[in-house]
Amino acid sequence: MAATVNSKEYKHVDLVEVSGRIDSGTAPLLEQALKKITKDGRYRIVVDLSETEFMSSAGLRALIATLKEVRRFNRGDLRIAGMPPKIAKAFELAGFLELFKVFDNTVDAVGSF
Amino acid sequence: MADLFSLTVDSRLEHLGEISDFVGQAARASGLNANQINDVEIAVDEACANVIEHAYHGRADGTIDITCERRGKKFVITIQDFGERFDPRRIAPPKTRVPLAKRNVGGLGLFFMRKLMDKVDFDFSPKHGNRLTMVKKIKSKSNGATPNRR
Repeated sequence: MAATVNSKEYKHVDLVEVSGRIDSGTAPLLEQALKKITKDGRYRIVVDLSETEFMSSAGLRALIATLKEVRRFNRGDLRIAGMPPKIAKAFELAGFLELFKVFDNTVDAVGSF
Repeated sequence: MADLFSLTVDSRLEHLGEISDFVGQAARASGLNANQINDVEIAVDEACANVIEHAYHGRADGTIDITCERRGKKFVITIQDFGERFDPRRIAPPKTRVPLAKRNVGGLGLFFMRKLMDKVDFDFSPKHGNRLTMVKKIKSKSNGATPNRR
């Protein structure tokens, strides 16, 4: 089970669609996609996890590192859309549910900015 | 029900998906429910990623032996490697209830293993290397809901 990470740039927000399996081997794909966005000076990001089947702590590390980056100087946010229950459990254990704003779908998450 | 499942792979991160599939199938065959299978898959993934990254320091020529076995009402997983000794006492637990600015980016792998499994035991000897044993108590026939207790 591989992973794919697709980024779409909209006027006010970047959408990152993650599918498949994010583990230590594939988390660099997510990390690179997120870093590219912030390096371009864009700090409003939605990460769509609705097609993500597995996420280990390596994926969570990429998300929290980016969350810290985008919230610096209050310049943006990273919001989650479509979180599957299996992944919500990892977020909960890590204490991430209180850090990230989570939406049911990408329309709501993109519209929240 | 004394089936023993075993898998040996070399120490490449590319094998994590295969390891997860293997452990998931063994857990299912041993009667764990969907939530428990998910817990076991995460714990084993974190353990094997640690082996590759810390015991073998990213070298691809190491060996990881994984066995899974049902013993009564317990699902027992052992993960063995021959890399550098792993001392869990050196890993500080993550701060999971502090504001964002004080969060560490790492340390979650071992924390997940301990939270998701009923027992996590590390052992090392020069002869057999690192041997990690993890145990999950089997709650079969359940859809994952917590049973009512008196």
